[in-house]
Amino acid sequence: MTSAPSKLYADDVSLLVVTLDTNPFFWSTFPFPFADFLSQVLAFLNSILLLGQLNQVIVIATGCNSCGYVFDSTSDKNHGSTTGTMPALYSNLLHNLDQFVARDQQLASPHTPGTVPSSLLSGSLSMALCYIQRAFRSGPMPPQPRILCLQGATDGPEQYVAIMNAIFSAQHSVVPIDSCYIGSNNSAFLQQASYITGGIYYKPPQLDGLYQYLSTVFATDLHSRAFLRLPKSVGVDFRASCFCHKQTIDMGYVCSVCLSIFCEHHDKCSTCGSVFGQAQLDASAADRKRKA
Amino acid sequence: MSSAQVVKRAKYKTTVKDPGTPGVLKLTRDKFVFKPNDPTSTNKLDVEFRFIKSHKHTKEGSNKPPWLNLTHGQGSYIFELESFSDLHVCRELVGIALSKHGEATKVISEEQLSAAEMTLRIKLLQENSKLQRLHKELVASGKLTESEFWATKKKLLDQDESRKLKQRIGFKNSLIFDTKPMSDGRINQVKFQLTPEIKYQIFALKPAVHQAFLNFVPSKMNEVDFWNKYFKAEYIHSTKNAVAAAAEAAEDEDLAVFLKDDEILEIEARKKVRRVDPTLDMEADQGDDYTHLPDHGIFRDGSKDISEVQNSLYKRTLLQDLNRQGAVVLEGKTLDMEMENPRTVAEILARRKQETGGVVDEERRNRISMTPIEDLQEHDNHPYAPLCIKDPRDYFDSQQANAVKTLDDSQAGMEQMICSLGPEEAYGSLRASISKIKATGLRDSLFSPEVALKVLSGLTKNISSTKYHLGKSSQESVLDILPNTTKEKLLDHWVCSQELLRHFWSSYPITTQNLNNKTKRLKDSISQIYSKLEEIKVSAKSDLRHQVSLVVHPMQQALDAALLHYDADIRKRNARGAKPNGYV
Repeated sequence: MTSAPSKLYADDVSLLVVTLDTNPFFWSTFPFPFADFLSQVLAFLNSILLLGQLNQVIVIATGCNSCGYVFDSTSDKNHGSTTGTMPALYSNLLHNLDQFVARDQQLASPHTPGTVPSSLLSGSLSMALCYIQRAFRSGPMPPQPRILCLQGATDGPEQYVAIMNAIFSAQHSVVPIDSCYIGSNNSAFLQQASYITGGIYYKPPQLDGLYQYLSTVFATDLHSRAFLRLPKSVGVDFRASCFCHKQTIDMGYVCSVCLSIFCEHHDKCSTCGSVFGQAQLDASAADRKRKA
Repeated sequence: MSSAQVVKRAKYKTTVKDPGTPGVLKLTRDKFVFKPNDPTSTNKLDVEFRFIKSHKHTKEGSNKPPWLNLTHGQGSYIFELESFSDLHVCRELVGIALSKHGEATKVISEEQLSAAEMTLRIKLLQENSKLQRLHKELVASGKLTESEFWATKKKLLDQDESRKLKQRIGFKNSLIFDTKPMSDGRINQVKFQLTPEIKYQIFALKPAVHQAFLNFVPSKMNEVDFWNKYFKAEYIHSTKNAVAAAAEAAEDEDLAVFLKDDEILEIEARKKVRRVDPTLDMEADQGDDYTHLPDHGIFRDGSKDISEVQNSLYKRTLLQDLNRQGAVVLEGKTLDMEMENPRTVAEILARRKQETGGVVDEERRNRISMTPIEDLQEHDNHPYAPLCIKDPRDYFDSQQANAVKTLDDSQAGMEQMICSLGPEEAYGSLRASISKIKATGLRDSLFSPEVALKVLSGLTKNISSTKYHLGKSSQESVLDILPNTTKEKLLDHWVCSQELLRHFWSSYPITTQNLNNKTKRLKDSISQIYSKLEEIKVSAKSDLRHQVSLVVHPMQQALDAALLHYDADIRKRNARGAKPNGYV
C-alpha cells in the first residue's frame, strides 16, 4: 500500500468513515436480518472508539434514493441521556437512521417491481470524501482517514463513472477504501475501489461472525497494517460499464481521445464529440479493446 | 489488380482556389501526364512518381468536390475529377505507384549504411554479450533482418550518440589580472605580453576598460597608446601604492578611468542585489557580513595594508577580483570568431550585453509579483499521491487470478434477486428492525464461540493460502531450483520470444507487403520457440516438471496469443474480397 507520509498525521488517531447500506429491498430479500447486521456493526463502531479516545467515527447511510450522515462521534448530541437499553451514542445513531429511512422512503421513485434497485454508493463515497477533505483542513494534525464500505446490494452499473471518479479522488488524497461486501456475489466496484486505493476488500463467508471479521480485518489502523498480514483479495473484477447503456461489459469500444467506453460502435463519441473515422468493419474490430 | 493505366477527365488546379484547367489526366505506374484541352495552355504536366512524396484526397460525402492532391517537394498538384468513382480508381493506382517507389528508396537507404553506424553497432554487440547472442540467434538465422533488429534498439544507438557530444569550450579560468609585467632588469622599462585572447579577456572582465576602448579608440588615441595607458595603470596597482594611484589619476583623466573602481561593475552588482529574493532582508544581513569589518579585506598578494579610507577607491581586494572572474567564467560565453581585431571584439561584446539586459529586468518584475510570502500562505500540507497506473505486473496478477477463477461469480451476478415486497413493505420492515434494536439493545453475546472459532480458522486459512504463493517472494525464485542448463535455456528463450513478440505486434496492422512477409517469418520462428518450450517442459525431471511448466506457461500464453492473432488476421484478410485502401 502506498502509505501517506505519516508524520503529517497524528498516526495513531483514525478517522473512520463507514458507509452503511440501508437498501430496504436488499435487506428484505437477504437471509441475514438487518437487526443482527446493525447490532454487530454498532459493536464494531464502539470498539473503534474504544481503541483510542481520539478516534473519530462517521457513519453515512447509503439508501436507494439518497445518502445522509447519520452519526458523528465528535458531535455534542451524543452525550444526551441514556435510555434504558442503549447508550446515548447509539440511540442517537438509531434515531438519525430511522429519520433517514423515512426521508429516503419519501424520495422513492417507482422502480421495476421484483428487482432490487442498487444503493447510491457513489453518493455516500462522495460524502465521505467531502467530510475527509474538511477534516484535512481542520488543523495541523488531522486524524488519519479511511473509508469502510459495508455494502450488500449489487452494483449499479449506471453509477460507474461517478464511482470511478470517487475512487480516483480517494487515491489522489491517499484515502484507502476498505470494503466489506456482504452480498451474495462479489462487487466489482468495491474490488476496484480497494485495489486502486490500497484498501482491503473482503467478503466474509460467515455473516453471523461479522463483528469478528470487522474487528480483526477492518479495525486495524493504517500504521499497524504495515506489520500485519491481512487477507488479500484473490482477484479483481476489472470490468467496466459502457457509457451508452450502463451495462457491465467484457469487450467494448474505447474512444481513442477520451477513453470513454461503449458497448457498440458509434460514429461519434458521446462524451468528447470526437468523430470516429469511416472505419471498415474489420478495422474497427481491431480497435476493440479487451477490457477484462 | 487494377489496370496499369488510367485515363480520366480532370481539372488541374495549381492552388485550391484556382478554378482549374480542364484536360485529360493519364496515370501509369511510373508517371502521370496531364494534357489540357486547350492546346495553347501552359499547364501541361509530365511528372514521374518518384518525385511525389505523398497523396491526399477529399472524402466522399464531404461537401468538397473529388480532389486528388499529389504532394511533391515544393508544393502539390491538385486534380479535380468528375466523380468520386473516378477518384477511387486514380487513388488506387497512385497508391500502388507510390508504395512501389517508396519501397525502392527504402531498400537503397538500408544498403547505404554509414561506416560509423556500422562500427557503432559492432561496438554495441561486443560490449553486450546478451545482445550479441540475441543478434546471432535472430539475425544470423534470418528470422529478422539487420535493420529490423536495430529498429527496436534505437535507444541504444542514440545513447551512444549522446556520449560523444563534445564539450563546449568555456572561458579560461585563469586570472588575467595577473598579467605580470616582465622586466629585463637593465633598463627602467617593463613589458606586458598582450595577445588577442588576453585583450578579449580584459574586455570581458572589466567593462570599464571595454567602455573606454569603445570611446577612445580610435577617435582619441590609437590602440597602442590605449594599452600603454592601461598597463601603466595596472602597474601602479601592482605596486600597491594607493597614494601614488590617486596622484596619477588626478594628473591624467584618461588614466583615472582605469584606476578607479569600475563603475559599470558597481552598477551590475547593484543589479544583482536587486535580483535577490525580495523577501530577503539584505540590510539586516549586512551586519552579519564580516568582510565589512576592518581587517577583513585581504588584498591581492595576501598583504593586509590598511591605508587611509579616502584612497580606498583605488584599492582592489582579491575577493573582488575573484568574484568578477567567477562571474565571467560562469557566463561561459566565448566568441566564435577570430579575435584579431580588438575593435570588433569590443563591439560584439557590447551588443551581447544589451541583449541580456532586458531579460534581467523582466525576470525581476516576474519574481516580485510571483514570490509567495510563505508566512502568509495558507497552511497546506496534506499529502497527495500522484494519480498513477499501478504496477502492470500487479494488475496482471490480479487479473490472472480472476481469469483462472471460474466464472460463477459473474454468472450469478446476472440473475437478479427477486424482491417480492413493495416499497412500503420493504421500508416498513427496515424501520421495524431499527426500532427492534432500539427496544432490545445489543445482544448480550454477539455470537457463539463456535462461530468465532470458525471465523478465526477461516481467516488464518485464507491468509496462509495467499502467503505461500510459488514464485511470489523475491528471495527465492523458481529458476534457482532448476538445473543450470535448463535455466539458461529458459532465459534465452524468454529474451528471444520477447524480442520476436515485440516485432510481431509492432508490425500490425499490416499495410505493406514487407510487413506481411515479416509477420510470416516471425510467426514461423514463434512456433519454433513454442515447440522448443514444449520440449523443455517434457524433458524436465518429474519432480521439477510442475515448476518448469509454471514458468513456461505464461511464455507459452504470450506466444499463443500471437499465433492466434496471426491466424485470425489471415482468415479475416482472406475472407475479405476487395482490399480496402492501404491493406495488402
